[in-house]
Amino acid sequence: MDLTWMAWTWPTAVFFIFIFLCIVGMVIWDSHSPGGAPRRGALGLDTTRGDRLFISLLGSAFIFLTWLGFFGTPLWAPLAISIGYGFAVFKWV
Amino acid sequence: MNKTANSKAWLFVIPMVVLVAFNALIPLMTVVNYSVQETFGDNVFFWEGMKWFEQVLRSDRFHESFLRQFAFTGMILLIEIPLGILVALSMPRKGPWVSVCLVLMALPLLIPWNVVGAMWNIFALPDTGLLGRMINGLGIHYNFTQGPVAAWATTVVMDVWHWTSLVVLLAYAGLCSIPEAYYQAAKIDGASAWAVFRHIQLPKMKRVLTIAILLRFMDSFMIYTEPFVLTGGGPGNTTTFLSIDLVKIALGQFDLGPAAAMSLIYFLIVLLVCWIFYTLMMRGEAK
Repeated sequence: MDLTWMAWTWPTAVFFIFIFLCIVGMVIWDSHSPGGAPRRGALGLDTTRGDRLFISLLGSAFIFLTWLGFFGTPLWAPLAISIGYGFAVFKWV
Repeated sequence: MNKTANSKAWLFVIPMVVLVAFNALIPLMTVVNYSVQETFGDNVFFWEGMKWFEQVLRSDRFHESFLRQFAFTGMILLIEIPLGILVALSMPRKGPWVSVCLVLMALPLLIPWNVVGAMWNIFALPDTGLLGRMINGLGIHYNFTQGPVAAWATTVVMDVWHWTSLVVLLAYAGLCSIPEAYYQAAKIDGASAWAVFRHIQLPKMKRVLTIAILLRFMDSFMIYTEPFVLTGGGPGNTTTFLSIDLVKIALGQFDLGPAAAMSLIYFLIVLLVCWIFYTLMMRGEAK
């Protein structure tokens, strides 16, 4: 199957593979400890693991956009902030 | 929590997954892919990295259409929600007039967007339209094809005309679900009409109103057809909302890269607002 007309690039592929791996990781995590670990976190929100992944990804997108708008590339700093933010969300939210 | 493990059930989900993949997921992935590239047609693409995102985020044009979009959405919400509640409160709860009112309220919702735009365009034309002639006849200078204020007013009134009914119907459904006993209790306590509204009707309508606000936010935030047919985004750029601007960039100028970057930013904002509304709604329900 020839897909060159869709003009896929490696960076976009890496991006989607990352998202896909996140979801696969969540499936594996859930099969090890089912139920999604629901809790009421620091913000007073009832979240499960899936919610926390969603909040991490959406928040990271906005961290990247804000950085791009104010400072531009390179994006190592927002990447670090996003990873830290993701950890914080999984730990406390 | 005990869950029944039945993996075969997943097989039944596959057709839906394929369908969603083809009509939503893959197109969205394509947009992400275009947002980092540049094309001059002929299906030749050049890698651009984050250039378009930077460009869109820093462009005055995007900021302006974004602000216009928020102003428009804020305005119509501020008008439609209270007006919708008011109309729902004044509608009869029983008797033969109920169906008449409901049908009348449902009528604007049945009209296609482009027809609403065309209708209001003709209705508001300053020289031949009924509304336009009437306002000018009153001595007020009104021409929505030239004056930004008139264009905005017409667009907002058109949206209010088209969509307040939705709020009315939802609020009415909320009101109808309140048991008579609540009103009787209020009567015994000698509650005023305001107290009944504030402490019985409004709390009982909270859920449907959240849905109404969410629906109206989403629809008005993505509005395209009606203002496009009515004003075409003009005069100048004064009624160019986000989606009109997006179509101008994507199809008018064929700037696929910037348009893709803008769509993604637009999408993320909608996603964020929906998430906030959804969370608030679920929280309200949990309480």
